[in-house]
Amino acid sequence: MSEAQTMNTTMTPMLDVDNFTLGYTNAEGRLVSVLRDVSLQVAPGEALGLVGESGCGKSTLALAMMAFLRSGSQVQNGTIRFHEQDLFALKPKMLQSLRGGRIGLIPQNAGQSLTPTLKIDAQLYEALKLHSDLPRSQWRQRAIELLQQVRLPAPEAMLERYPHQLSGGQQQRVAVAMALAGQPELLILDEPTTGLDVTTQAHILELLRTLRQELGMAMVFVSHDLGAVARISERIAVMYAGEVIELGSSHQVLLQPTHPYTRALLDAIPRLDAEGLPPSLPGYPPKVGSITQGCAFAGRCPHAQPICSEQDAPLAALSGHQVRCHLAGELKRPASDSKVVQLPVQSSDEPLLMLEQVQISYHRQGLMDALLQRPAPVATVDGIDLQLNKGETLALVGESGSGKSTIMRAISGIQPARNGQIRLKQDDLNLPVEQRSKALKRRVQMIFQNPDASLNPRHTVFEILQQPLKLYFGLNHDACRDKAAELLSLVRLAPHYLDRLPGQLSGGEKQRVAIARCFAGDPDLILCDEVTSALDVSVQAAVLKLLKELQQQRGVTYLFIAHDLAVVKAIADQVAVLYQGRICQVGPVSEVFTGHHHPYTRTLLNAVLEPDPNHQPVIQGDDCSEQYPPARGCAYQRRCPLAEPRCKEQLPPWKTDGGNRIRCHLELDALATLIDRPQMIKAVNA
Amino acid sequence: MTAITMDMNTPVTKPASRWRQVWSNLRRSPSGMIGLSVLIFHLLLALLAPWLAPHDWTLQNGYQILQAPSEAFWFGTDHMGRDLLSRTMMGGREAITVTMLGTLLAVSWGGLVGMTLGFVGGRTDAWLMRVIDALLAIPWLLFLLLVIALVGQQTWTLVLTLGFFFGIAVVRVVRGATLEYVPRDFVLAARTRGESRLTIVVRELLPNVLDALLVEAAMRWAWMLLAFSSLSFLGFGVVPPTPDWGLMIADSRGMISIAPWAVIFPALALSTLIISINLTADALAKAIGLDRAKAPV
Repeated sequence: MSEAQTMNTTMTPMLDVDNFTLGYTNAEGRLVSVLRDVSLQVAPGEALGLVGESGCGKSTLALAMMAFLRSGSQVQNGTIRFHEQDLFALKPKMLQSLRGGRIGLIPQNAGQSLTPTLKIDAQLYEALKLHSDLPRSQWRQRAIELLQQVRLPAPEAMLERYPHQLSGGQQQRVAVAMALAGQPELLILDEPTTGLDVTTQAHILELLRTLRQELGMAMVFVSHDLGAVARISERIAVMYAGEVIELGSSHQVLLQPTHPYTRALLDAIPRLDAEGLPPSLPGYPPKVGSITQGCAFAGRCPHAQPICSEQDAPLAALSGHQVRCHLAGELKRPASDSKVVQLPVQSSDEPLLMLEQVQISYHRQGLMDALLQRPAPVATVDGIDLQLNKGETLALVGESGSGKSTIMRAISGIQPARNGQIRLKQDDLNLPVEQRSKALKRRVQMIFQNPDASLNPRHTVFEILQQPLKLYFGLNHDACRDKAAELLSLVRLAPHYLDRLPGQLSGGEKQRVAIARCFAGDPDLILCDEVTSALDVSVQAAVLKLLKELQQQRGVTYLFIAHDLAVVKAIADQVAVLYQGRICQVGPVSEVFTGHHHPYTRTLLNAVLEPDPNHQPVIQGDDCSEQYPPARGCAYQRRCPLAEPRCKEQLPPWKTDGGNRIRCHLELDALATLIDRPQMIKAVNA
Repeated sequence: MTAITMDMNTPVTKPASRWRQVWSNLRRSPSGMIGLSVLIFHLLLALLAPWLAPHDWTLQNGYQILQAPSEAFWFGTDHMGRDLLSRTMMGGREAITVTMLGTLLAVSWGGLVGMTLGFVGGRTDAWLMRVIDALLAIPWLLFLLLVIALVGQQTWTLVLTLGFFFGIAVVRVVRGATLEYVPRDFVLAARTRGESRLTIVVRELLPNVLDALLVEAAMRWAWMLLAFSSLSFLGFGVVPPTPDWGLMIADSRGMISIAPWAVIFPALALSTLIISINLTADALAKAIGLDRAKAPV
């Protein structure tokens, strides 16, 4: 890392953010600062990571680096210079050629940033037309080169496709290719891997790493995921409430964090090698403009002294990295294991939910299909056998499209199973939700991924909680209000939240309201659909802890969907790994994570990112998602590095090792030895 | 650092309610405020006309035929010597009452059907929307004339037929607005909870499409006023001697060259009312955050 530092001091920075303060006029008509006194430099070829919770100004800063301000905002102080030129003094014409040309942007959601009605070639030509001197005749050749550069298979065919025909990872690759069309010196990446599967994310990060080595671009990488930032960045700037509070090499920031906020953020990340739940960070970031003096983090800081809320913290330079804290250098880092929250499991052997040979298909046999005797396509989900005991948590794990949500929809009665048995104790859950008795509906409740979408934006918190209370118990208005306040206290929210609208709550508060709503029915089984993936890490830890505590108090059972294996390890007792709607491996968490692995489980575990610059995910195969499950044999046959001919013909048998069951043709010992060998990474282009 | 003014210890002020926010947005639109003032002026005038009118609006006076506007008769008189100011003031009452009730009916049935179709989806939606398309293709004026000729021109017939015909367009718009919310998780949450369809439509969807419905109501009202006046103009609306703008224009159009005021003042009253409704609807749509240019009509 000393290399990166010497580069900083000796070479002139390519991008120089100097005492930059950005303000906007809020609803009350006051000018408040979203970015405050930000100073940082990016040297040519360097990768800088910007991290922090949502709302701390990361994206605003990244967009300001392209001189792009949201309407209503204005520069209050300072400058941003690109090659000695003040970006905000440039003429619009100059800016236009700079953006997308010398400074490229890769947005968060490639699916939304590509025009749905244009083929990939047209979108790439557009970028080439604007930002290269190539004659029209060479565009196609260059477009193919660009697609090869981002490791997309069959680039010629890819040019003829529409964005919706590509998978999420492929769309993101096209977005990268478009950004490369202008041969940028600086690439700004705004959460480029958020919302992608673990495996896809690992692939995209690997691509970005190699591209940086090949093309020598500088990168500014914005992410809330410290694991992703650790893969890409040489230096990391931690932002809080619009300020840079810690800036240093990624080794320093991630391995020897100094600011209490950075430490808390790192501690809140669930890790595969840790036991129990991570400690959460109390409180929420301050609202924009609510800090007049003192350290912005003082209100949440466990070490806060009187001086912290009285005086602005200076940016102290500590052995090569900068920290904005009064107590910088004085704080010792306690051993993080002591902070891990351990909650005992109170499970019983009494089975609550049983799935037997469940098969679900979205296909409906039409008249033409019947006449032409067309065979029905392979069912989306097939052969699911699961048993969930009362008071336990079962996690369903897999990439998107693995049928996790489909199983949940079948249990909740939205998309009833075609074959097989789903039972809640003695009651039949095969019925669609409309035909279930009120008592049965009450006993199965669901929490959704995104509280923004699952709470009606026009209902107050009270109205949201009132609905299940009225539906299941027929309570009158006053009784509902008492009960709703009780439910709020259950999720650690004060009763004055009753009259708020969801738009007035933070993400974590919204999810708490959603949890309160689901407990209103006093359920036995709660279906949790990626409940923490839309939340910040700090909030995620608190929500996971709340769910675990509620489970102990109420004795409820969770069926938990997640793609983050570390979260699963922290919260679940049992885990089922799904691929293409088929179970590959199932068993107690401890045994599945530490014992023998199905090849697919191994792939998932390998792709997990850790907030550690030395950690390297192992990636294998390609990240192209499959459209349909195979008709015969093992579900994972097409991507499995160990696939044999019999895998394509016969359904693999279950191999049992204690509670850990693996569906694979290979013997368990063979699996263990083969998997530990270094993996061959198939080049996608080959 | 200078711009940060709010003290950390002050309690976070409760954000203004949604409708207050809409009102403050509306107040910032000059055209909207003009429209709203004119609209309120019209409504008050219609409400208070019997007490405000300077003359008896049915009194015929053979000695005062087609008088030009003067001190005694501000708007002049018509071919039967009736005071045009009084008649213009009274002439909106019937039109406004009928069209307001008609709009209410159109928005209620159109809104309910639109939301239900949007929520139910599938084949029911596909087939019924084709029926709606077919109904939209009917030349409504001719059909209206037919209905009125068959049933008679009582007030309630007019309300029902106008309400029915103008509700068809509301179905389309509201269904479109509903489709945006149906795939949201809060609807799915209500379904998994086991709420009835009616509860989902009324409790979950209605509050979200209310904006679109409100703006649509204002637009339909303007159109309906025009339609009602056309009917009166053709002699199928208000029964004489009740004053009505459409009827007044029809009665006096033969004398437009010798007594232009007899046509101009009722026409002016009608058009200012319609324009004011349109301006208000426009500003309301912007204040709420719906852009009328984007709304399917």
